Amino acid sequence: MDELIEILKDLHSDVDFDTCTTLIDDKILDSFDIVSIVSEVNDRFDVAIPAKELVPENFNSAKALWDLITRLEED
Amino acid sequence: MRTVLDYLDRTAAAFPEKVSFKDEKTSLTFAQLREQALRGGSALLKDGIVREPVAVYMSKTPDEIAAFMAVLETGSFYVPIDDEMPQMRIRLIFENLKPRAVICDEGTRESALELADGAKVYTWSKIRTEASDEEALAKVRASMIDTDPCYIMYTSGSTGIPKGVAVCHRSLIDYTESFCDVMKFDEDTVFGSQTPFYFDASLKDIYPTIKIGCETVIVPHTLFMFPLKLVEFLNEYRINTLCWVVSALTMISAFGALDEVLPKYLKIVGFGGEVFPIKQYRKWKKALPDVRYINLYGPTETTGVSMYYEVDRDFEDDDVIPLGRPFENVDIFLLNENNKEADEGEICMRGTCVTLGYYQDPERTSAAFVQNPLNDRYPEIIYRTGDIARRNDRGELVFVSRKDFQIKHMGHRVELGEIECDVNSVSGIVNSCAVYLKKKDRIELYYEGRVDEKELLAYLKEKLPRYMVPTKVHKLDKLPLTPNGKTDRKGLTALSEGK
Repeated sequence: MDELIEILKDLHSDVDFDTCTTLIDDKILDSFDIVSIVSEVNDRFDVAIPAKELVPENFNSAKALWDLITRLEED
Repeated sequence: MRTVLDYLDRTAAAFPEKVSFKDEKTSLTFAQLREQALRGGSALLKDGIVREPVAVYMSKTPDEIAAFMAVLETGSFYVPIDDEMPQMRIRLIFENLKPRAVICDEGTRESALELADGAKVYTWSKIRTEASDEEALAKVRASMIDTDPCYIMYTSGSTGIPKGVAVCHRSLIDYTESFCDVMKFDEDTVFGSQTPFYFDASLKDIYPTIKIGCETVIVPHTLFMFPLKLVEFLNEYRINTLCWVVSALTMISAFGALDEVLPKYLKIVGFGGEVFPIKQYRKWKKALPDVRYINLYGPTETTGVSMYYEVDRDFEDDDVIPLGRPFENVDIFLLNENNKEADEGEICMRGTCVTLGYYQDPERTSAAFVQNPLNDRYPEIIYRTGDIARRNDRGELVFVSRKDFQIKHMGHRVELGEIECDVNSVSGIVNSCAVYLKKKDRIELYYEGRVDEKELLAYLKEKLPRYMVPTKVHKLDKLPLTPNGKTDRKGLTALSEGK
């Protein structure tokens, strides 16, 4: 989880990713960020996020994204 | 035909009840579009706004198109300003433009008032309902000529000051006619509009819609993060034609969305802004083999698109899709370093597509819009694109590289020098160098100085448009130099690529 927060902090150092649950709803993350996140997650965790998981719910908070990564790692 | 308003008059008479532009919430028929243009135009005329720049600072909606048309009704030219542009950039644009009138919507009103600097701010929802003054409108229309400017689009400039490309009605009409012929749009065409209106790629949807009487659906910006939802949207609105920047198309294919759901109404895909990676193109072709794929090329300075290539054969992964050949009434030739015609050289363009130049900027205009070096007999202005191309065995042009440090990132033109200019203006920064990593399609920045990396990045996010903000910044004790004493951009690029 810490490593994921680090990736996110690299994109937006001013956001508290531990508590924020509206990353998409409040337009904090944009399409440039999503592309970066998907490629960083692939590089660092060796997890490919498939198209059907690219939905707002999975990106609204660091925790939701972490849950997704864990779920995909298990598969 | 003298002005693009003739398209609107003709189409509004032929298909008054047909939908022209719509988004998720609103839509305008052609009759409504024209009616609002006449009313809004009359309101501007009443204040003496004639033949001058009018900034249109609104969010991307059907209403914004109506506001553009209202500006044209006054013989003036519109300048799209986006609600997502950073304030600093808008300030720079206004300094160059010095508009007397700004049209805003409810969402941008506060910011417009702050930036207006003496200009009168009009709220579109108010002026579109004012009484139309037919006599005044007719008088202005009679005085308009086809070389009057129609719009100004601002692009990146290497000195940090954006350049405003002024384009006249005649160039836009020439472009619209050729473009519609090449693409074979018809009354059943439904465009899915992707590009912001301040970007000239949006002309590909707007003017064919008004000329032919077909429909444009504005695709919500946020969907470009979520490929499956995006494709579902295309299907829900029965969108059959996309003229998109390559990065928007690859966003769908690279995530494998085409394996899950197909945009089933799609017939035509025009792509441009940058080179389409063959691997991604092949995913599209495999998923949708009956769609026509057309590469569109042309700088803002020659009215957006002036060359095309309809993909008619198979390509290997290491091939490049050609730029193809010029539109009708456009002449393209390659000039080498000695200003002689060659099989590899700078792409130069001649014809009605060549625009009026950069607004209030004679110096930069005369550097790019020059007398044709092959013609010493009469005045003839050509545009030097700065793009290097070569001619292949089939006679098609193929993109090779840029002459300078301009790059294409997410479909936008970016001058690496403009980013550096902004960085170097920060107090505490000694020098900087921006690099572009082609494979990853990202910009990174190296700098020396006593500013913290995070602080610098936060500052750049406020100052620069989103597509120009580096993904990473690296602080160095000293920037490496080449043997000639210049910053070693190649070395730094290699350093980033190795990471």
